[in-house]
Amino acid sequence: MFISSENSPPSFKDFTLVMPAVAVGNVGQLAVDLMVSTLSMKRVGHIHTDCLIPMAGNNPYATCSEDMEELHTPAEVYTAADLKLAVLQIRAPIVQTKSKKFRELVVSWIKSSGFSRAVVLSSCHAYQRDDQQLKGTPLRYLVTPSLLKLSADAFKELEWREMERVAAFPGLVDASAEPRLYIPGGGITKGLYTDSCAEDLPLAVLLLFCSEGDNIPDAFTLVNHLNDWLHLLDNPSKEPNKWKIPTSWSLLFGSGIPPALF
Amino acid sequence: MATFFGEVLSVYSRAVEDDDEDSEENEEDEQIRRELEEKREVHLHWSPEVSESMKSGNKLQCSEFILAVGHNAARFLSVYVLTSPNWDPVGHASVWNERSRAVSGQTSEESACVFYRQKDNPSVLICQVTCFVAEDQLFQWTEKVFDCLQHRELNVTVLSDCSVAEYKTADYLHCSSAPFLRTLHTGAYSGQPVCRSLEQPNIVTGLPAAVLNHCEVHRITAVVYQCYSDVIGPDSVTMETYKPALTKLGKSIQLDPSPSKDILNKFVRTTNIQSNLYI
Repeated sequence: MFISSENSPPSFKDFTLVMPAVAVGNVGQLAVDLMVSTLSMKRVGHIHTDCLIPMAGNNPYATCSEDMEELHTPAEVYTAADLKLAVLQIRAPIVQTKSKKFRELVVSWIKSSGFSRAVVLSSCHAYQRDDQQLKGTPLRYLVTPSLLKLSADAFKELEWREMERVAAFPGLVDASAEPRLYIPGGGITKGLYTDSCAEDLPLAVLLLFCSEGDNIPDAFTLVNHLNDWLHLLDNPSKEPNKWKIPTSWSLLFGSGIPPALF
Repeated sequence: MATFFGEVLSVYSRAVEDDDEDSEENEEDEQIRRELEEKREVHLHWSPEVSESMKSGNKLQCSEFILAVGHNAARFLSVYVLTSPNWDPVGHASVWNERSRAVSGQTSEESACVFYRQKDNPSVLICQVTCFVAEDQLFQWTEKVFDCLQHRELNVTVLSDCSVAEYKTADYLHCSSAPFLRTLHTGAYSGQPVCRSLEQPNIVTGLPAAVLNHCEVHRITAVVYQCYSDVIGPDSVTMETYKPALTKLGKSIQLDPSPSKDILNKFVRTTNIQSNLYI
């Protein structure tokens, strides 16, 4: 359920929604963090639901001591009105038995809010690639028929690689088994995509093959890839520091080391 | 997971399970899942007097709601506040999950999450939670409890235990610095802080987080005091850390300035008998 943090509910008419899928290495969530902190997006509301595990913290994008003390919740919506852009940041895992319910909630919210299109940033286990997927770029995309109708030319121009369907039973030659869409470690990505196809929702999935570890470089790769399409920043890849790392990314590998060690 | 040096860490993978098969579930599985879900539901049991007034549609009149989560926080209230005869137990919540003991008696279940009300001023409510509330039950617990409370002019104070191992800081923490208190509050809260605000990238999880989330979206005044301690189990030094958080409430809650040794002993000693190494 969307709950506005302002007195008047925000309008998302014709906005583009970007959201992460909680997936391997949290790449989508990190990429969304970069967008919110770089574009100084404004929080407009929360998604309050029992499908997410509760967590709370102070402002993850604090820039000075004045804006540090501000409570943030597991799922929040931010906007940049001049870019007609909204993002839904998800900071907590989905309760395992409630992933279907969460997908339905997201799809119905996107439909009722009047977004012109939605982009899901996601990731997928690198070790589960098949032979054809091992070659070339680790980035893939998926697009629903209704979004393809709207922006077929844009996708042609970008020359992106579509996520391959893989054989259902690798190594077995069985003509009757149709290749299937397989996104291991992608969380709700596949479900959200198939739901959107069925509901005729204009939605794209941008994903990256990766492994768990320090996934900060992966987040930059994915957000730059998205930027090639949406043009949120000009030429960010030439100046890698244009994306601003939020304060909450500090101490990703734990606390300081006891000085007595040395 | 085992590391290079062989010690076993309890980290779980950040990768998520696929639920490809959710459409092909058979009827029996579905029934088991449904029954489990029913069993995991949180139930509130109020005293006859309270449930009578709730039946007629009234919510509990409440201006101060103090929630203590964890052994130290709960025992702190037992030692410093609930020793006065001014408190009545008015109900309890029952929570069943994977950590509930199969043979646990009715009494232990009833004492794991209890509500008390002040006799002179019935709008002051205390809740002690010492049981484990599972991730999928946190939201439900919060919804059900807050559904019983009158929201207008409600102030929520949460005391919560946490291990200092979970505290992240760039400086190395010396043993002498624990236990210490950190706070986190909702947008509606305007009080003066008694301790430092919780620094990023530290977060609050569990029941305190669920309560904060609920209060933030419903614009209720709420503040969480998280105590980071390096002692496992109830201990008097850790308990004392909570004192400034409650002295602030002044009028509504009287703190016992020097609790008797017997009472302290009763709550602290229970953990010492677990080890039988040196009998």
